[in-house]
Amino acid sequence: MVKRFKQRDIISIRHFNKEELLYILDLTKRMEQMDYTDILKGKVLASLFFEPSTRTRLSFESAMQKLGGIIIGFADSGITSVAKGESLSDSIRIIEGYCDIIVLRHYLEGSAQLAADIAEIPVINAGDGANQHPTQTFLDLYTIQKTKGTLEGLTVGFLGDLKYGRTVHSLAYALAYFGAEMFFISPASLRMPRDCIEELRNRTVTCHESDSLSGISRKLDVIYCTRIQKERFADPVEYEKVRGIYRLNKALLEEMGIKNNLKILHPLPRVDEMDESLDRTNYAVYFHQARNGIPIRKAVLSAVLGAIE
Amino acid sequence: MKHLDVSAIKDGSVIDHIDSKSTLKVADILNIRNEEQVVLVGMNLTSKLLGKKGIIKIGGKIIDQKEANKIALIAPNATVNIIKDYEVVKKFKIAVPDVLEGIVKCFNPNCVSNDINVVPKFNVASKNPIKLQCHYCERFMGTQDIQLI
Repeated sequence: MVKRFKQRDIISIRHFNKEELLYILDLTKRMEQMDYTDILKGKVLASLFFEPSTRTRLSFESAMQKLGGIIIGFADSGITSVAKGESLSDSIRIIEGYCDIIVLRHYLEGSAQLAADIAEIPVINAGDGANQHPTQTFLDLYTIQKTKGTLEGLTVGFLGDLKYGRTVHSLAYALAYFGAEMFFISPASLRMPRDCIEELRNRTVTCHESDSLSGISRKLDVIYCTRIQKERFADPVEYEKVRGIYRLNKALLEEMGIKNNLKILHPLPRVDEMDESLDRTNYAVYFHQARNGIPIRKAVLSAVLGAIE
Repeated sequence: MKHLDVSAIKDGSVIDHIDSKSTLKVADILNIRNEEQVVLVGMNLTSKLLGKKGIIKIGGKIIDQKEANKIALIAPNATVNIIKDYEVVKKFKIAVPDVLEGIVKCFNPNCVSNDINVVPKFNVASKNPIKLQCHYCERFMGTQDIQLI
């Protein structure tokens, strides 16, 4: 398994089978249990963020530093040659000469695959438009496994922007390996893409769609809540129609009826879809989820750079 | 004597068994407007296989693999006959390849292949019905979404 990850591009959750996902989760657990300081000493990570990010960028950079590696890169492409009109392809060709691994976030879908096709060093996709964000999915899976004790046979509700939410598409795809039943709750304009539903059903996932949590909430083991992403709407009028449509709070959920051991995840940032009244409940695991970004990214970096057995 | 609805050509290519409605699309793929030699186009001809079929005969042209791949997406039942001195010297059924490069445009406006100078690439997820998956943005496209380059 170690060989399968060494020098491997991490682009899409579709490229991983169940065994490989479980290997990454197992490696993550080891990262939490042991101190692997300096296993990436002398390695250089280029952190290329063409789109804003807090958690992903900082957790990659923190993970690299905790393992003894060095970081170069930018969080604002406006200060690079891109501002002079340099193409992404040329930027990758130049930057790969300066580092051992590239972490890329870019607003164009497929940009990470393009970078991986060009670069001879490994490329990790840190989000390409509305498409994929595989390390987020790894940490979502890890959080579910850790807080529920298993990934097998869960009933999971996805809530919010299911159309543009790349984390939703990837997590649903990954959970299909574990026999999950899935409820997709969204306004009509932000439903799961038909292709995603078709793909899940072809993989024998039982999928349900609804515009409300009512009548569903008490069946759920996990709610994966997402922000309605203003930046993905071409038309601001369309955004206003769905803005604030879901506002989860403790009283509302308990009134609707939920399992005592329900866990609520959110890739963050949140806007108004989850009230702070949930933060101190046992349901809320989203801050814990964000912290899992460090061990997950430590595991991915070590595996891809071949620093761990 | 057998009566031909469309006259024979001496040398060139004959694309037969085109779904009749797709005949002019195939003609566009072959860029017949700029051909200087004989071009014969027949539509709504009787076909045992398709009911109605289209046929295109182009004098002096041997269709290439890229053109054949494009035609396969529009007219999956088509056959190609290569003609030399009025005789069929090669006959083959057009087949959709497993990978398409530089033939189809991705329908996702936010795909990197539409923004940057990148040759579009698709993996063929299904050949019947046609379903393509973009190598870059991973979106699936059906026949109705296909836009040839």
